[in-house]
Amino acid sequence: MVAATHTLHGDEDLAQSEAVVVRFAGDSGDGMQLTGGQFTLSTALAGNDLATFPDFPAEIRAPQGTTFGVSAFQINFGSAAIETAGDQPDVLVAMNPAALKVNVEALREGGLIIADSGEFSKRNLAKAGYEVNPLEDGSLARWQLLAFDISARTLEAVKDFGLSNKEALRSKNMWTLGLALWMFDRDRQPIIDWLKTKFAKKPEIAEANIAALNAGHAYGETAEIGGHVKQQHIAPAPAEPGLYRTVTGAESLAVGLVAGARLAGLPMFFGSYPITPASPLLHHLSRLKEFGITTFQAEDEIAAICAALGASYAGSLGVTSSSGPGIALKTEAIGLAVMTELPLVIVNSQRGGPSTGLPTKTEQSDLYQAVYGRNGDAPLPVIAAASPADAFDCAIEACRIATRYMTPVMLLTDGYIANAAEPWKVPDMGEYAEFPVEFATAPEGDFTVKPYARNEDGARPWIKPGTPGLEHRIGGIEKAPETGDIDYSPKAHSLMTAQRAEKIANVADSIPDQDVCLGENGGKLAIVGWGSTFGPIHQAVRRARKQGMDVAHIHIRHIWPFPKNLGDLLRSYDRIIVPEMNMGQLKTMLRDQFLVDAQPLNKVSGQPFRIAELEKAIVEALS
Amino acid sequence: MNEVTKLTAKDWASDQEVRWCPGCGDYAVLKAVQRTMPELAESLEKTVFISGIGCSSRFPYYMASYGFHTIHGRAAAIATGVKLANPELDVWIITGDGDALSIGGNHTMHLLRRNLDCQLLLFNNEIYGLTKGQYSPTSRIGTRSPSTPFGSVDRPALPAAFALGAGARFIARGIDVNKKLTDVLKAGHAHRGAAFIEIYQNCIVYNDEVFAPFTDRKVASEKQLWLEAGEKMLFADGEKGIAYDASTNALKVVSGDSEEVLVHDPKNRSMALMLAEMPADIFPVALGILYEDPAPTFDSAVVEQNRSVAEGKNADLQALVAKGQSWQVTKEPREV
Repeated sequence: MVAATHTLHGDEDLAQSEAVVVRFAGDSGDGMQLTGGQFTLSTALAGNDLATFPDFPAEIRAPQGTTFGVSAFQINFGSAAIETAGDQPDVLVAMNPAALKVNVEALREGGLIIADSGEFSKRNLAKAGYEVNPLEDGSLARWQLLAFDISARTLEAVKDFGLSNKEALRSKNMWTLGLALWMFDRDRQPIIDWLKTKFAKKPEIAEANIAALNAGHAYGETAEIGGHVKQQHIAPAPAEPGLYRTVTGAESLAVGLVAGARLAGLPMFFGSYPITPASPLLHHLSRLKEFGITTFQAEDEIAAICAALGASYAGSLGVTSSSGPGIALKTEAIGLAVMTELPLVIVNSQRGGPSTGLPTKTEQSDLYQAVYGRNGDAPLPVIAAASPADAFDCAIEACRIATRYMTPVMLLTDGYIANAAEPWKVPDMGEYAEFPVEFATAPEGDFTVKPYARNEDGARPWIKPGTPGLEHRIGGIEKAPETGDIDYSPKAHSLMTAQRAEKIANVADSIPDQDVCLGENGGKLAIVGWGSTFGPIHQAVRRARKQGMDVAHIHIRHIWPFPKNLGDLLRSYDRIIVPEMNMGQLKTMLRDQFLVDAQPLNKVSGQPFRIAELEKAIVEALS
Repeated sequence: MNEVTKLTAKDWASDQEVRWCPGCGDYAVLKAVQRTMPELAESLEKTVFISGIGCSSRFPYYMASYGFHTIHGRAAAIATGVKLANPELDVWIITGDGDALSIGGNHTMHLLRRNLDCQLLLFNNEIYGLTKGQYSPTSRIGTRSPSTPFGSVDRPALPAAFALGAGARFIARGIDVNKKLTDVLKAGHAHRGAAFIEIYQNCIVYNDEVFAPFTDRKVASEKQLWLEAGEKMLFADGEKGIAYDASTNALKVVSGDSEEVLVHDPKNRSMALMLAEMPADIFPVALGILYEDPAPTFDSAVVEQNRSVAEGKNADLQALVAKGQSWQVTKEPREV
């Protein structure tokens, strides 16, 4: 065991601060996502506001002990509003040398390292590329170091349960979690309940994990650490009164889609093909059959969307989901949905691209693909979720637009939103307006079937096969207005192209005006974002405004069509900066649509923006 | 079902002008389907024809029922969604050799293995017609076409063998102009599950008479073996029959009065493969129902699981959104 060389809190006492960032890092087999998830739950139950950032490798089990096999989970929690997972961790829990190596540079100067010295063997040090043990050579002097043999203490804690060495060591993460729970004065009971449920069929594993958890907690409590670590209590964050739960983007999207189908009065058909990071949506929905949901794991991405479109044709709400590469495969069928004018919701959980790109890392680089990425003039509405909680309302909005305007709708989220958790005020479903679908039926007397007649929105009727008297044929080939008969004359194509575009433009009539979510309408500087950059932008603008800077935050949900007032709103600022996790896609769209001088601020490292990066940009723009 | 219905072949024809080349085999298939439908359905509204892309895929426009002309190769995938969303619908897939076996081969395979209750009519003309005559995945080696001016060099797919390999439970063959096609269609419709029906269809413009070696009237009797369940496998007006040669584990042609002549058992999967693969030089072409052995359908399994899993559960949306561990915040918010 290596003795800690510094007191924990130094000049900046964490106990006094309103927010703390903790990063758990270990081998991908060490259960760090689980540890982080459970710590998140206990934090939420303690009433803190929080945001998380799971950061894991693409490999399921990368070679043990290597830097590319490091899996990390960061949580930012506090007694005030939290909108990002935090720029710099205050505490780093490193379960092996590789985890230390990959994560230590991000740690705040003076921050605390908790390291499992039992894993700092010669072999593991070599795998991580350390020539000498960093726990012993003074190279970590910028931080406070607390290193002890977590592995040995875990083995000691679970020795009565008759587990193999390998099995016993699996409880290391629970030992560490126990210590973390002690450090932040958290209740262990919810975790104990969860372990008992999770290992209901293997009670000895449950008990061993609970013993490890308790041992880690006791280790802190009995001051075995030697008084270096002080327990601290972070007060609950203020929040609107009500019932809260934690939610990941994938969960809120799933229930949002269920709610959307319910509000439309339709059964849902969800066609999908497994892909990171979109698969959790398929997993969640496949368990909700009692809500009238049929899930279909198709043979490929193309079949997934085609089956969903077929289901929409037959009168269900068709939904499909993927990530960028899968959306690329679905593109032709999206065009068919545009052409036949059938409702369809397409969820894109974006990841770093192009091609396979960064499967487990986040990016917002599929905006062009969503708005423009089809052959022909093929406009469709595009909506972007800003956070895990926001994804719920966005999913409902996508269902509303798809059914009202008889169109495919692209719903953009990303790997960060899909996996990150945040507290969510449970919505009262009674407050949501229903938008029941009316299927066409045959009128009395003589009539001509007009599947492409249009209502005041420009939408065509939804005619289910099985409806007597309205038999008709549709297809991807150009058609005559109203009757939908094959017609690729110049006149028909010009007219139908215009009608399809006008219908999508009409969506702007039923969406809210663009608001300014922080700051004034008009002024020196607007920071304009979309999607998961909401958190860091909001915090950066808040901090800048506290310092008296004239800056506002505008966050766009409806990306196509844009809200009607957006052009005037943007023109009311002297300067516009558009931070994006891509090379400037929204920036280009804003320039194109409104002829405004939108300036890019791009980040394509696979990591979310840090608040400090955005703050710096604001200060520079205003000085 | 052979009930008398009010509908006629004419009622099943839409008002759209048929736009295939004069003399195309598709006309005969269209007529056969329109003639058969009144025996299969009492009304138009529950029938859906779904096609991909290609000459034959224009088919749905010419039927008076519901129809969906989709995109290249994807009819099977779209049909899967249609049938799962409404299992009451009678789903017919209209496809071709390129559509079903090249660009859409994956979907065809999975439709068959899942056993979706539908009829899949594969119009095989061994050529790409709509794109003006390139060779197809069923074209024989040496086929000269705009894309293979010196003859194709790749081995063709054998649709019936492909279907059998994919797990199809009903495999039949017909010929565009042969009146027995209606019997094949009826049997396919009566079969619960995916009915794979290959129709040899003559492309008069790009591949005329490619099937003449067995469809030509002069050789028809000698080169066509029409299979009937429980009947002897006889052809050439009963003068010849098909028998099994145990020494080579293969089929052989014997005299029609030989005791060795096999009786057709559509459930015999190994025999179905041998019948599908009989070499054209020595043997006749096996036609009619090569294989039929019903199994539970995909759509009924999905419906059943949806029902049984949902049974007794309350679809309470408010409870769903509040699911998981939650906590109550009671105090009023303060300004941050």
